[in-house]
Amino acid sequence: MVPLEYYLTLSAVIFAIGVLGVLTSRNLIVIFMSIEIMLNAGNLALIAFSRALGDVSGHAFVFIVFAVAAAEAAVGLAIILAVFRNRESVNADDFNIMRW
Amino acid sequence: MSNYIWLIPAAPLAGFLINGLFGKRFPKPVVSSIACGSVFFSLVAAVLALIELLGLDPEYRSIETLLFSWIPSGAFQVDIAFLLDPLSAVMMLVVSGVGFLIHVYSIGYMAHDKEFSRFFTYLNLFTGSMLILVLANNFLLLYVGWEAVGLCSYLLIGFWYKKQSASDAGKKAFIVNRIGDFGFAIGIFMIFWTFGSLNFSQVFESAASSFQIGSSVITAITLLLFVGATGKSAQIPLYVWLPDAMEGPTPVSALIHAATMVTAGVYMVARCNVLYTLAPTSLLVVALIGAATALFAATMGLAQNDIKRVLAYSTISQLGYMFLACGVAAFTAGIFHLMTHAFFKALLFLGAGSVIHAMSNEQDMRNMGGLRSKIKTTYLTMLVGTLAIAGIPGLSGFFSKDEILWKAFSSEHGGVVFWLIGVVTAGLTAFYMFRLLFLTFFGKPRYDKHKSEHLHESPRNMLFALASLAVLSAIGGWIGIPASMGGGNHFERFMEPVFASSAALASHGENHHSHVTEYLLMTISVLFVLLMIYFAYVAYIRRPQLATSLRERFAGIHKVVYNKYYVDEIYAAVIVRPLIVISMFLWKVIDVAIIDGIANGLAYMVQSFSGSTRVMQTGYLRNYALMFLGGAIVVLAFFMSMR
Repeated sequence: MVPLEYYLTLSAVIFAIGVLGVLTSRNLIVIFMSIEIMLNAGNLALIAFSRALGDVSGHAFVFIVFAVAAAEAAVGLAIILAVFRNRESVNADDFNIMRW
Repeated sequence: MSNYIWLIPAAPLAGFLINGLFGKRFPKPVVSSIACGSVFFSLVAAVLALIELLGLDPEYRSIETLLFSWIPSGAFQVDIAFLLDPLSAVMMLVVSGVGFLIHVYSIGYMAHDKEFSRFFTYLNLFTGSMLILVLANNFLLLYVGWEAVGLCSYLLIGFWYKKQSASDAGKKAFIVNRIGDFGFAIGIFMIFWTFGSLNFSQVFESAASSFQIGSSVITAITLLLFVGATGKSAQIPLYVWLPDAMEGPTPVSALIHAATMVTAGVYMVARCNVLYTLAPTSLLVVALIGAATALFAATMGLAQNDIKRVLAYSTISQLGYMFLACGVAAFTAGIFHLMTHAFFKALLFLGAGSVIHAMSNEQDMRNMGGLRSKIKTTYLTMLVGTLAIAGIPGLSGFFSKDEILWKAFSSEHGGVVFWLIGVVTAGLTAFYMFRLLFLTFFGKPRYDKHKSEHLHESPRNMLFALASLAVLSAIGGWIGIPASMGGGNHFERFMEPVFASSAALASHGENHHSHVTEYLLMTISVLFVLLMIYFAYVAYIRRPQLATSLRERFAGIHKVVYNKYYVDEIYAAVIVRPLIVISMFLWKVIDVAIIDGIANGLAYMVQSFSGSTRVMQTGYLRNYALMFLGGAIVVLAFFMSMR
């Protein structure tokens, strides 16, 4: 049986990859995908704890996260689509009018 | 019964509203008939009220009419209610009667003015406010009228506001009155604090029943009320506004600054007779101020050259007479003189207005002379007024002035000194009034040809007002002929119920003097007056060079008197200029530098701090995400380290 630490390490690595993706990429779609990666890294940690502790409520959390992520993806993609129609761009650096 | 009393002040106020809102669109005859008609309505209603009052037994001659409750707030209950008794009846008749005549006169006098309707709007507002003042049954409603007439006075003095001196005079009147009203307002607060009511009847009843003579609270209240009276009625030390008030149109000077508004202080003191009787100290102060003002103002009147200013100082002096009467607890005599003075002083002012009108706005008596034959009716009516104010036996001024002089001598609060001041003032009054008459109507004309071409008698409605007032000045005193001269003194008996409770308080009774003393004093004063008239005749008609040589011999004194004892200059140096300096300091240093400095400094500090921190808002998503990450790491590190 794979020990808990392996799962958690994998989860942390995936989460860090997601963070780096958010911080370094300019494309809104990529940022969006990186956020999804971060969410799923969290899901992985939840499942691992659930299994190690023998408590199914971790599974329930994960399903809620899935549902929320699906809703969030729908809204987020719709926003990106609308932004692209207006500005012909999905580059995050083009949208900096809310500044000093 | 008597439930139409409220119409008396309401009618001029309605006229004020109509003319004020639509007057500009009405032709002049409509404006003037609304204004005069509304005051005439008040006059008729006032006469009806008087007839009704006379039909009652003397002890029931005090009718209060409640209109509605104005401020019902716990113990503080103030009503809009009117009090009809002999005192307010006399006052409302004087106000509406003289007011009506002056309204009629104004139609002619203001005929060529562009702002005809504005003038009548103010005049109606004044009449309505003055009627509220005299008919109020409590101190607060009286105060409302008191302030409203002050406002009208300001508006009418500054009627020709494009003239700098007129708007300055208006401001001066308003500010000086404010000083007096400050004392008056505190007096009213103290009345409520002491008696728990502002209603005249309740205050006077509880004062008479539960306070001793000489009570310090009552003394304080009466002195504070008298401060208000010195402002409104132009007594020392607050008289300075009245001579300047002559900048207003002449009918205004006649109505407000001679006949009615300035007598409000006398009315108020007479109304509070119970309180003043309980405070002998205040009575003495009133008598002293009155006597001093009477004499002081009379001397200033001697050397003025402006025809209206002479009359203004004369008004101050006569108001001093009225306060002298009130100060020796002869309230009836004071009100009697108030009434006769309203007649002859209104007449003299309107006559002066007629002269000014005829002379194309010339007010300096040195440029008049010989007008007797040119404007005959004006001359004759002015003559009646002058004889009346000088106190020639038979005319109204004689009876009222003699009554005051006699009371000043015989009353327990009076004395020989007060009588002597009164007689000297009477002589001075006769002198300056005949000086005015001689300089204006006698001698050789001193005006240029241009003016003599325009010389004309005033229109008929002005002469109607003059003639009516002349008749009143002549016979108005006959209702108060004293018993010693075979008269019934109806006026005194009519007023008796108003002053009954204060007369009962001063129970010692009058010092008994025989009729012989009264005749003797009367003869002395009349002879002195005649002597002064003769002196004026010699100095200004028979040997005009005498006046000049006297003026040159006493050049120093003349200069001081001519410049009104430099009182205005002293006030300017002692009060006005330091006040301006302090105000400038408060404005420039305290307000602009310190208070504004603190407010602006705080704002500047916030601005500079936020200016340095706002650069964090780059608008780049990545930066925010980085800060978010940093924050999360800090929180995480915090919890890790806690373990």
